[in-house]
Amino acid sequence: MNAVTDHLGDIFAGVLTTLELTVLGFVGALVLGIVLAVCRVSPVAPLRVVGSVYVEFFRNIPLLALLILFVFGLPDIGLTYSLFVCAAASLALSGAAFVCESMRSGINSIAFGQAEAARSIGLTFVQSLRFVILPQALRAMVQPIVNTFIGIALGSSLASAVGVAELTYQTQYLNLKYAAAVTFLVAGAIYLLIAFAGAMAGGWLERRVAIRR
Amino acid sequence: MSAATVLFDAPGPRGRRRIALASAAAVLVIVAVIVLVVVQFGRHGQLAGDRWSPFVHTGYLRFLAGGVRGTLIATGVGALLSFPLGVLAALGRLSHNRLVSRLATAYVEVFRSLPLLLLIYAFLLALPRYGLNLPVFWKLVVPLVMVNVAVLAEVVRAGVNAVDRGQSEAGWSIGLTYGQTMRHVVLPQALRIVIPALITGLVSLLKDTTLGYVVSYPELMKTATNLTAFTHLLIQTYLIITVLYVLVNVLLSQLAHHLERRMRTAPRGGGQAAEQLEHETHAATTTAVR
Repeated sequence: MNAVTDHLGDIFAGVLTTLELTVLGFVGALVLGIVLAVCRVSPVAPLRVVGSVYVEFFRNIPLLALLILFVFGLPDIGLTYSLFVCAAASLALSGAAFVCESMRSGINSIAFGQAEAARSIGLTFVQSLRFVILPQALRAMVQPIVNTFIGIALGSSLASAVGVAELTYQTQYLNLKYAAAVTFLVAGAIYLLIAFAGAMAGGWLERRVAIRR
Repeated sequence: MSAATVLFDAPGPRGRRRIALASAAAVLVIVAVIVLVVVQFGRHGQLAGDRWSPFVHTGYLRFLAGGVRGTLIATGVGALLSFPLGVLAALGRLSHNRLVSRLATAYVEVFRSLPLLLLIYAFLLALPRYGLNLPVFWKLVVPLVMVNVAVLAEVVRAGVNAVDRGQSEAGWSIGLTYGQTMRHVVLPQALRIVIPALITGLVSLLKDTTLGYVVSYPELMKTATNLTAFTHLLIQTYLIITVLYVLVNVLLSQLAHHLERRMRTAPRGGGQAAEQLEHETHAATTTAVR
């Protein structure tokens, strides 16, 4: 237990880094995911291709491979960024593919007749998205996007494999140094907390955007 | 056909011109990005022939093929263990027995929220001190299964809930017990519904085996690291294995899409159809596992 109480500072710093990675990765994924989703439905064919190739590629690439390529590969072509930036960028790039897919399937889950109805009463493209499609689609998007958030939070642990001092890294370091397995329980509890907090926020958001029929 | 396709009118001549212009601009930007990447690679000598030619050498290829084998074995064993256990956990969660259902729920919720890497470190670094020292392969596969059981349980539960309630009511009304109804009526249909999702689960299982890197189990990622230590061709090796991973996963995802499409057009109901349905479920799950 001493290993934990004596090194609360290390653990706290680890939690902070994990949270920073998660938030940065998630925000990046959200922004890039929205841009990609717009690309995928745009009338410009090359952008649609870029969108679908991106999603197909980054959804299927193991996060660890991406991390290693960023951290150890980029310096070989003369691009050096800090470990933290590389990790956050990898999380954002792979998360964006999942966000994009959630948005697309959310929009596709809306009954076809809704879009037809919106158009037939004379709403423009933007209006029918704004007042008919998105309010309904958002509801279907919340859960998968929350899952992406949790996925990014858990995925940020992989950054420890390339040497970013986040929660998992601190845990195994303290465990190696002080032979204190209890650090694993503490770290596990913290991850649970992060995931549950995400799920709770998601539930709240889902109720907010819910439509009472 | 999706909602997106009716949202705007067919473009007129001016609209078409604009789209053509935007397309040209987009192509230009894409080409520029590709050229930039190639130039960046070239400037640092990463495109030199002798940095790529080793990979047509059979020795290197055989080495990487060993890694692919390791990955496939870990994925296969992981899937073989976690699919049935996932179904079991889902049934546990749906069980009418309060205790069983609580336990299963707790398991699923906890293990869905733990990072796999943390579990692997626990098996690698902490548990051996308490006398639990598994062979390297199982240090990767056991945590992998523990996490994936939780994920798959949720998938299967969603499938069971998606089966029309009338089906289980019909089962009970002809005198089947809860267990019989589950086994002969609900589960076969539920599994069929979730097959695409299960294959997607297989993709994530395969991606998770890259953590063999941490426990030094010789799957593709670890093999690549070993190769890199020897050749120092880091970027080339990792680009090649990344493409390999993406290829295998894209193939699996395509299979999932294909099954999903076929399912949508498949007939529903009827005695013969039900038999056909169960047969197909069986065939598809075995394909997925293999």
